[in-house]
Amino acid sequence: MSDAIIKVEGLGKRYIISHEQPTGSYTALRDVISNKAKGVLKKKEQLPPKEEFWALKDVNFEIKKGQAVGIIGRNGAGKSTLLKVLSRITEPTTGRIEMNGRVASLLEVGTGFHPELTGRENIFLNGAILGMGRAEIRKKFDEIVEFSGVEKFLDTPVKRYSSGMYVRLAFAVAAHLEPEILVVDEVLAVGDAEFQKKCLGKMNEVSKNEGRTVIFVSHDIAAIRQLCATCVLLKNGQVAKYAESSLVVSEYLKNKEAESFYQNKNIDTSKDAVLKKIYLTNTAGELKTTFNHDEEMVLHFELAIHKKSEKNNLFITLLDQYKRKVASSESQGLAEKMTIKFGPNFLVRGDYSVNAFIHSPGVEFVHMLDDVCNFSIIDNGSKFMIYREHDYGNVFLNTTWIYQ
Amino acid sequence: MDHRIIIEPGRSEKNYWKDLWRYRELFYILSWRDVKVKYKQTVLGVVWAVLRPLLTMIVFTFVFGRMAGMGAQSTVPYAIIVFAGMLPWNFFSISLTECSNSLVGNTNLITKVYFPRMIIPASSVITSFIDFFISFAILILLFIVYGYMPPVEIIYMPLFWIFAFLASFGPGLYLTALNVKYRDFRYIIPFIVQFGLFISPVGFTTETMVQKIPSDWQWVYYLNPMVGVIDGFRWCIIKDTPNPMLHYPFYISLGVTLFLVWLSIYQFRKMEKNFADMI
Repeated sequence: MSDAIIKVEGLGKRYIISHEQPTGSYTALRDVISNKAKGVLKKKEQLPPKEEFWALKDVNFEIKKGQAVGIIGRNGAGKSTLLKVLSRITEPTTGRIEMNGRVASLLEVGTGFHPELTGRENIFLNGAILGMGRAEIRKKFDEIVEFSGVEKFLDTPVKRYSSGMYVRLAFAVAAHLEPEILVVDEVLAVGDAEFQKKCLGKMNEVSKNEGRTVIFVSHDIAAIRQLCATCVLLKNGQVAKYAESSLVVSEYLKNKEAESFYQNKNIDTSKDAVLKKIYLTNTAGELKTTFNHDEEMVLHFELAIHKKSEKNNLFITLLDQYKRKVASSESQGLAEKMTIKFGPNFLVRGDYSVNAFIHSPGVEFVHMLDDVCNFSIIDNGSKFMIYREHDYGNVFLNTTWIYQ
Repeated sequence: MDHRIIIEPGRSEKNYWKDLWRYRELFYILSWRDVKVKYKQTVLGVVWAVLRPLLTMIVFTFVFGRMAGMGAQSTVPYAIIVFAGMLPWNFFSISLTECSNSLVGNTNLITKVYFPRMIIPASSVITSFIDFFISFAILILLFIVYGYMPPVEIIYMPLFWIFAFLASFGPGLYLTALNVKYRDFRYIIPFIVQFGLFISPVGFTTETMVQKIPSDWQWVYYLNPMVGVIDGFRWCIIKDTPNPMLHYPFYISLGVTLFLVWLSIYQFRKMEKNFADMI
């Protein structure tokens, strides 16, 4: 046997997407029965269509003991599914994983925290959920409390904690686990910079000094680079590259930039105006594809204008990751170079892209581009951070609450 | 290394029960959490646990005892006869309800962490033990009020308590798994609880019942696991009750219970690996 601690062979995970319930609600027995009954009456081909979706397909890799491995990839590339399969939350459809050691997963901080219980009680609860015994927790209790920095509020129910405190306590518990394999998903995107540094340090210590294996998924490329020597790049459920971090990261960024930077190669001169380039920068003018939610973004358009017309405008729409329209804006007239600024605190976390077209309203479409210039928003500590599992829309509603 | 894990589709784990044992700490803590949360926030938590059996008993005593004139031939106060049936019945209905809703109520745990899923329904039953203790205290109070001395058979009560636990845990386990897949199963549970109350010897006794059923059909009555449980409790609490364990129909109830436990564990294990995807 080699010294591989994790060996993944031909791993696949299939989901069946059923189109009968567009709302995505739960299955009810009465529906199943009534569908079966309908199925008898109708012919076979009229049954609702079902679609297969392979979230992971033929994934192979090996991880050696004491390695810290990063997993990167775009949303929907299969990162979360891979982690779920690795941590035994869900069963694979094909393939095999062999692991030599206990696995603890940190898929989301604060899982299993009960709002009614105090910080002290939650340390025990969370520890047990993550696989620690009471004796083990008791032994490490002081260390955990010290790491979290919430000593003063130990006997307060966690529902009264701020989201920062909540995350701190949760991470502190998780950081003191002693499994052979630690699986971490994006926890570092939360909390203040200082705490993030502390967490990274802790994870570094875990993998380098204690010889544990860490599997780390994050959007934070800098953190991945710092922590992981090797990296897996997932693309459409398959391993696109598994190599030294710097190589994998640069490939990932290259892909990402290619998708983010729209450039029109063959410009049609017969049209009045054509979009040449679309790209995003921060306010300092640096090209970027990933923004924090509280960062201002600048969307640049470069046009080739062949025939000036008073009537032509540029109309743009932001799309979310499901290609639903989020919001639109229209220029008044055209110029060779145009920019619009938006944010901070406008879009919520997620992946977005841009629809853009030049038109003269109600008369004709001059040039149209669909779903270009991909970019991502990361939530680095908004009030909605704690609801990251839920869909709370695409934009922050900037409201004023009046209490009477 | 001692923790070798192999993940494969459809692989039933060799060390399933060992794993369950390894996670016993989680079982303690989840039970403790459920108990704590149940009685922490509500002053009514405890009051409710007292009121519920007490009020039901009063109603039953009044309706069946006074108006229908049942239990008149017995030397034992009718209230105690009813309460001896009520005790296991309430335990059964509360555990069944808690158990059936347990998985769906812990969605966030199931989709985020691995542990043997059976821990959740098992620990949810624990809270009903607390209610059981409270009811038991009321029973003792009734003994004192009526100046009633229970027979020595009362020491066998824990046996029937385990029986009651199995009778509720079995169906509860299956129902909670089905509840994950088909959410409308939760509407079935109140029905089972309500319907079961009338076919179980809570307001009446098995002796009065069997007199009215043709002997060829008595086995149907015993298919209800709670018949065995409640008869057992009555035997422990009420003087001069025949020992149900000496009559074969008791073993029909026990057999059905054990079969349901086996079936539920089998089905649960088959379904549990996909809970995270369905829930």
